[in-house]
Amino acid sequence: MPTTYEPIATHTTSGTVSNYTFSSIPSTYTDVIMVIADLGSDTSYKINVNGDTGTNYSSTFVYGDGSSAASGRGSNVSAAPTVGRRPGNSILQFQNYANTTTYKTFISRGNASNHLVISTVSLWRSTAAINSITVTPETGSFGSGVTFTLYGVKSA
Amino acid sequence: MTSILGIYASSMRGAVGDFESIATVTVGSGGASSVTFSSIPSTYQHLQVRLFGRGTNSDANIDGFCWLNGNETQSNYTNHFLRGNGSTASAGGSQASATPTMFSINSGGSGSGMFGVAVIDILDYANTNKNKTMRSLTGEDENGGGNIYFRSALFMNTSAVGSIKLIGQAGNNFAQYTSAALYGIKG
Repeated sequence: MPTTYEPIATHTTSGTVSNYTFSSIPSTYTDVIMVIADLGSDTSYKINVNGDTGTNYSSTFVYGDGSSAASGRGSNVSAAPTVGRRPGNSILQFQNYANTTTYKTFISRGNASNHLVISTVSLWRSTAAINSITVTPETGSFGSGVTFTLYGVKSA
Repeated sequence: MTSILGIYASSMRGAVGDFESIATVTVGSGGASSVTFSSIPSTYQHLQVRLFGRGTNSDANIDGFCWLNGNETQSNYTNHFLRGNGSTASAGGSQASATPTMFSINSGGSGSGMFGVAVIDILDYANTNKNKTMRSLTGEDENGGGNIYFRSALFMNTSAVGSIKLIGQAGNNFAQYTSAALYGIKG
């Protein structure tokens, strides 16, 4: 019998890489959820979907850094900006990712243990089903020991 | 009494496990004034609602309520939020109200195809010794506008949660392709 919430794939880096991609994502789930555990230097991530590097992305975010809260956004950009945060963990939720009728919205929360908590809602202006997700640090690269896990959630 | 138009609903349960699908509602071509999950079994520890939604009015976005057990007019809720609107972070809330605002989604005034999302958790929903707490992460982006929220609400009632009603503020309807899925999490 099918499972409602199950791991699709997981990867732990063994060297320095500029980004990481989950590809060939099956379209059989309702939502997919990505969890990133990363101890790299302080930065957010940017997200590209289906290899699209056109200016089809936008994001709105809010964060608190222990002394103040702030908000910002990016519009008409070539990757969804300011998603998640490191060092720490980030959870990205791609809801209704496989539908071919609407644009795609994903929401994330990043928890950087020594810096801030951040949440971001992002939009990819395409009706294509998502079949790959690429994560890139906004500055620097991924070192060894970074874990990426993709889960699928299936509704009734 | 509100009527629900154009809803395609499935009440089939998914497979047995720690995180189970209880029911899913997808809004059809007629739109819907609300989405309701009823007869929720008390056999889980927590509930999660995952909403992918859009309103139908001419505003760029709408907020919406998550009413429990038919409590739609009684001032049994308090709620709080932290919001980012793309330029400013702000916070607010209300005491003893009938409006537990738990989600924010795009509406008809935003670009075609833009939908907002919400992940709403209702913790210890079946415990009859506690008032109920809801929390959500919700938001919508309009490519030049949008809002992201951390939200929480208290339902000052110790009854087990047996029904959940999602409804847009000021009677705004849900648009076609809006979907809401209810999951049960076992403890």
